[in-house]
Amino acid sequence: MNNLFDIKKAYYLFLLIRRSEEKIIELYNTDKIKSPVHLSIGQEAIAVGVSLALSESDIIFSNYRGHAHFIAREANLDKMWAELYGKSRGTARGKGGSMHLNDYEKNFIPTSAIVSTAVPEAVGYAFALKYKKQEGTVVCYHGDGATDEGVFWESLNFASLHSLPIIFICENNKYAIYSHQNTRSLNNPIVDRAKAFGVSSIRISGNKTKNFFDATSDCIKQIKKKSQPFLLECMTTRWRDHVGITIPELSKAEFEEIENAKNNDDLVELEKQLPEDDVLIINKKVTTEIENAINFAESSNFPEESELYDNVLA
Amino acid sequence: MDKILDKKVINYGEAIYEAITQEMARDENIFVYGLGVDDPKGHYGTTKDLHKKYGKLRSFDTPLSEDAMTGIGIGAALAGLRPIYVHQRMDFLLLCMNQIVNMASKIRYISSGEHSVPLVIRAAIGRSWGQGAQHSQALQSFFMHIPGLKVIAPTTPHDVKGGLIASIRDNNPVIFIEHRMLYKNAGYVPSDTYEIKFGKGRVLREGNDITIVGVSHSVEDSLRAADLLKGVGVNAEVIDPISLSPIDNEIIRDSVNKTKKLLVVDNGWMKCGFSAEIIADVATNCESILCQRLGFPETPCPTTPSLEKHFYPNPQNIAKKANEMCGGDSEWNPPEVVQHEIVSFKGPF
Ligand SMILES: Cc1ncc(C[n+]2csc(CCOP(=O)(O)OP(=O)(O)O)c2C)c(N)n1
Ligand SMILES: [Mg+2]
Repeated sequence: MNNLFDIKKAYYLFLLIRRSEEKIIELYNTDKIKSPVHLSIGQEAIAVGVSLALSESDIIFSNYRGHAHFIAREANLDKMWAELYGKSRGTARGKGGSMHLNDYEKNFIPTSAIVSTAVPEAVGYAFALKYKKQEGTVVCYHGDGATDEGVFWESLNFASLHSLPIIFICENNKYAIYSHQNTRSLNNPIVDRAKAFGVSSIRISGNKTKNFFDATSDCIKQIKKKSQPFLLECMTTRWRDHVGITIPELSKAEFEEIENAKNNDDLVELEKQLPEDDVLIINKKVTTEIENAINFAESSNFPEESELYDNVLA
Repeated sequence: MDKILDKKVINYGEAIYEAITQEMARDENIFVYGLGVDDPKGHYGTTKDLHKKYGKLRSFDTPLSEDAMTGIGIGAALAGLRPIYVHQRMDFLLLCMNQIVNMASKIRYISSGEHSVPLVIRAAIGRSWGQGAQHSQALQSFFMHIPGLKVIAPTTPHDVKGGLIASIRDNNPVIFIEHRMLYKNAGYVPSDTYEIKFGKGRVLREGNDITIVGVSHSVEDSLRAADLLKGVGVNAEVIDPISLSPIDNEIIRDSVNKTKKLLVVDNGWMKCGFSAEIIADVATNCESILCQRLGFPETPCPTTPSLEKHFYPNPQNIAKKANEMCGGDSEWNPPEVVQHEIVSFKGPF
């Protein structure tokens, strides 16, 4: 558990996510990444703020929009890139792609591309932690769209019934693909619905890393005192299309919302708070790490035909 | 002018759109719903702007909620509407299984035929560009297994239009299977409305040496294999069953009684699957037929192209297998055929 917000580290992780995904955009048209990519650009502050508040023993459940969660957890960047390239040194040895990242060492559980399906698994993991009296909190990232599913609420109900150590991180970018939240439910905030299930819930507006960090630290502190579930509804904006690298086809209002979000980019805010030297060093480090990861991916082999049947059953 | 002769070349996606829009114009009880049906892409163009043409009541986006949305379609169908529920991927039907299997397929039976459920569930099978484990599953056999459901998987623009119209007009729940690699396929399609019959397959290529039966996209590759086989003097008969439940066993039995050899090219896992069913029928009803099958290996689908190419049957290995069954040279390596719809597909989804 961390109580002090480390701006330098926050800036580093944020930048590593942003530059990695910008690199994906840059390389996408070369067709080296033959995988759907769900970019987090615009939403990084959540992953960074949440991850900085966590410890090694905490468990991460993410989803198909998982690059930011993965990188913020300081999971293996080389392997992530190799996976995007479909290479055998990737996180799933090239068999999973961008939508199914995982890192065993970092307690980053393999992600699902079926919306909301990993939410009950996250609750089940939290149940096991409590059952085994084991250290740790489960973090379950999900979108606003995931709350459209019945299984989401069934899972919340069980988490609250059993006072499980879990934090649901709802990344509310207001869209499920092109469908705005208002077209999917009446104005009926996710936090209010979660509270009705007995889950303490807060909405965090402004898309600022520090705010997400503070809220997560606070939840962890309370969970350590008494096992219980929380939900943080993290308001954010996705700058790119749901999938792929393109800019969404937008109405004027939506366009303005994204422009507004870009003008409030927390990456810029964090940078302003750091001495110039640190900024330079961090930028250099990030550039090098991404270059190395891409080299790692490029120089890896594709899996051999003999690997086709590997890891189907234990 | 004779309406049936009035035909034009359009693609599979356009043919689906045409079927829906013509049927919606004919019957105001038909409505279309599902994730993204009214978005700018309109599900490969198949539902594009229907909400503008017919209003938001008749074509609407939904919360994700697949389980409830299926039941809501069933309820609306019980009340006399004719819903078409659209899914971007067949994998998402797994969230609808209880409603489809326990409700839609049973209601007629448990109401002594007084109720019926005229619901069409459209779902696309994904392939390539890293669709992988959870976005590429071809689960036709799950639905073929269930009495009380109809299942259809057309491959040509002609059959997809006629098949969808037949599904919409049918008074049973229909699982309507599309394939992402077929949307761009072009072909002649009559401008007027018409139905193709459930339980009627089609011989797409005549031949005397071997019968090849495909399903959905593997029909395309079977036709390519037949072209390759011609090069070594083997005349393959290629059958597209189109309708999977009920299935046209007669057309397959007639063909194998002539060729004495059957190769089923599944577009899915083989165990307990489509190919198992076809071969079981032939084994039960015909004599002395050499049977073989190809399909997905018993693993989830890998995303990397280096393994994906070993996952799907392809024209070369279909041709090679068929040639061997016909006593041909086992050393024969058929020339590479470009699967243009796969090579040209660039995602992102
Ligand atoms: C059960 C299911 N239904 C539909 C889809 C298609 N789909 C993929 S992502 C997505 C939107 C989900 O939105 P949200 O939960 O808000 O997450 P976001 O993508 O905005 O991060 C949809 C509908 C799916 N993958 N799984
Ligand atoms: Mg969303």
